[in-house]
Amino acid sequence: MGESMMVFVYVFVLAIFIGFEVITKVPPLLHTPLMSGSNAISGITIVGALLIAGIASQGESALLSKILGMVALIFATINVVGGFLVTDRMLEMFKKDKTKEGEKK
Amino acid sequence: MVLLTDIFYLIAASLFILGLKKLSSPKTARVGNLLAMLAMLIAVVVTLLDKQIVDFSFIIAGVIIGAFIGTIAAKKVEMTAMPQMVALFNSLGGGASALVAFAQYMRHPQSTDAFILGTIIVSILIGTVTFTGSVVAFAKLQGIMRGAPIVFKGQKWVNVLIFAVLIALAVMIIVRPSPMAVMLAILCLSGILGVSTVIPIGGADMPVVISLLNSLSGLAAASTGFVLSSNMLIIAGSLVGASGIILTNIMCRAMNRPLTNVLFGAVGSDGGAAAGTGEKRQVTGYSAEDAAVMLESAQNVIVVPGYGLAVAQAQHVLHEMALLLEENGITVRYAIHPVAGRMPGHMNVLLAEANVSYDQLFEMEVINDDFQHTDVALVVGANDVINPAARTKKESALYGMPILNVDQAKTVIIIKRSLSVGFAGEDNELFYDSKTMMVFGDAKKMLTELVHYLKG
Repeated sequence: MGESMMVFVYVFVLAIFIGFEVITKVPPLLHTPLMSGSNAISGITIVGALLIAGIASQGESALLSKILGMVALIFATINVVGGFLVTDRMLEMFKKDKTKEGEKK
Repeated sequence: MVLLTDIFYLIAASLFILGLKKLSSPKTARVGNLLAMLAMLIAVVVTLLDKQIVDFSFIIAGVIIGAFIGTIAAKKVEMTAMPQMVALFNSLGGGASALVAFAQYMRHPQSTDAFILGTIIVSILIGTVTFTGSVVAFAKLQGIMRGAPIVFKGQKWVNVLIFAVLIALAVMIIVRPSPMAVMLAILCLSGILGVSTVIPIGGADMPVVISLLNSLSGLAAASTGFVLSSNMLIIAGSLVGASGIILTNIMCRAMNRPLTNVLFGAVGSDGGAAAGTGEKRQVTGYSAEDAAVMLESAQNVIVVPGYGLAVAQAQHVLHEMALLLEENGITVRYAIHPVAGRMPGHMNVLLAEANVSYDQLFEMEVINDDFQHTDVALVVGANDVINPAARTKKESALYGMPILNVDQAKTVIIIKRSLSVGFAGEDNELFYDSKTMMVFGDAKKMLTELVHYLKG
């Protein structure tokens, strides 16, 4: 394992700690949106899929890997687009006394 | 140029963290989600500018198809079907990570770098387990597959065996370049492992499973980050991994069961068909009219929603009823058990959809001491989370699970389809208590009748 690889391990471990710190503060009220939102974030794999699907191809196995890349891209895009949109749809519904405020006005 | 790319990835990673941070309050949560969206957009655009990418035909096709399906799904899905939706998205995320890792391996099958090969294998393993495991979870939640645990003799040993073979194959690939078939075998075995791990888990344990799979989808992305040497993927993936672990932990604590018991205990029945263990006892059924009279005479009411509310899609009519009570000066609050429903926070989303103000939704620890001063506790489609056996009956599967103190209210009204046991298969003493009014029927139908009487 090279030194550069060790840097990635550092990043991984530290990011997990940040994740713990930030997410423990999310109230149970919002656990479903947290889940669908973080789900969309895990679609970050889309970055990898883009690279694989768009890279120069030579030969048969390269073409096959590009096709796999495209399938991965479809999966990841559904995950990202669907995940963020549905989270937004949910969060929009969380309101404090919408009806009563409306009556006052 | 490389430096500039990295700077943008760093910005995106920071925005992800900021976005999640803003989820800590319902006031800022929507902005938080938008920040995360922005971060994703930045990451995608910066990647598209990468000069390694020369061919856009596959990319355009993939993004259009994916965005189309994703948008339709997000717009159409019912809030009651949220757990299935999340399971499905989860499976796609895991699947994408596994595919990317596999494609990367296909491009350099003769690689000898043990670290790279190791991370490719981990990525394929976790990604595929997430993929097939989530598909099974989806099938169970959607009712395509039976929700009860599916068990066979020696199941645990089959899983252990699969895992052992997986490790052997992994070592083989790392030690010397092997034919593509070996990696394919790893892919297939991981898929089987995902299925065989999730099928024995019962419906009521789904909140734990979904949380765990959520965590795995993040870890799959992170390990793909190692494969591609991308800090962006590692950071975003780890955040999700951490989030899923926290939720898994909270869910396990709310059921007072260790994760190993949830995964391997095969606890639960179909919750309905199976009768209780004990003798058949008689119980008086009350009508919706009786319940309406009781509710009207109350001063304060706590509503306890459960999975039955979601199944019956009764959240809107429940809110209508609550509004009628409030017009009569009755205080209405909602008590939410952490594992009510099929995923963390499921009930909160349903009630928010029905326009219930979120300051009327209370967590178990906050509201539990108030039941003793409450005139009526109205239970809609919940069972195990209010079963007093969790406090007293040592031999029960529920024993030790924190429950809502519904039995301390002056009167308890329970709307339920039948006397059948909950998922834990435990008879509920509370049904036979003299202060309990059992109202048998579909939650939506009964609540509609209730509203009718309250208006009349």
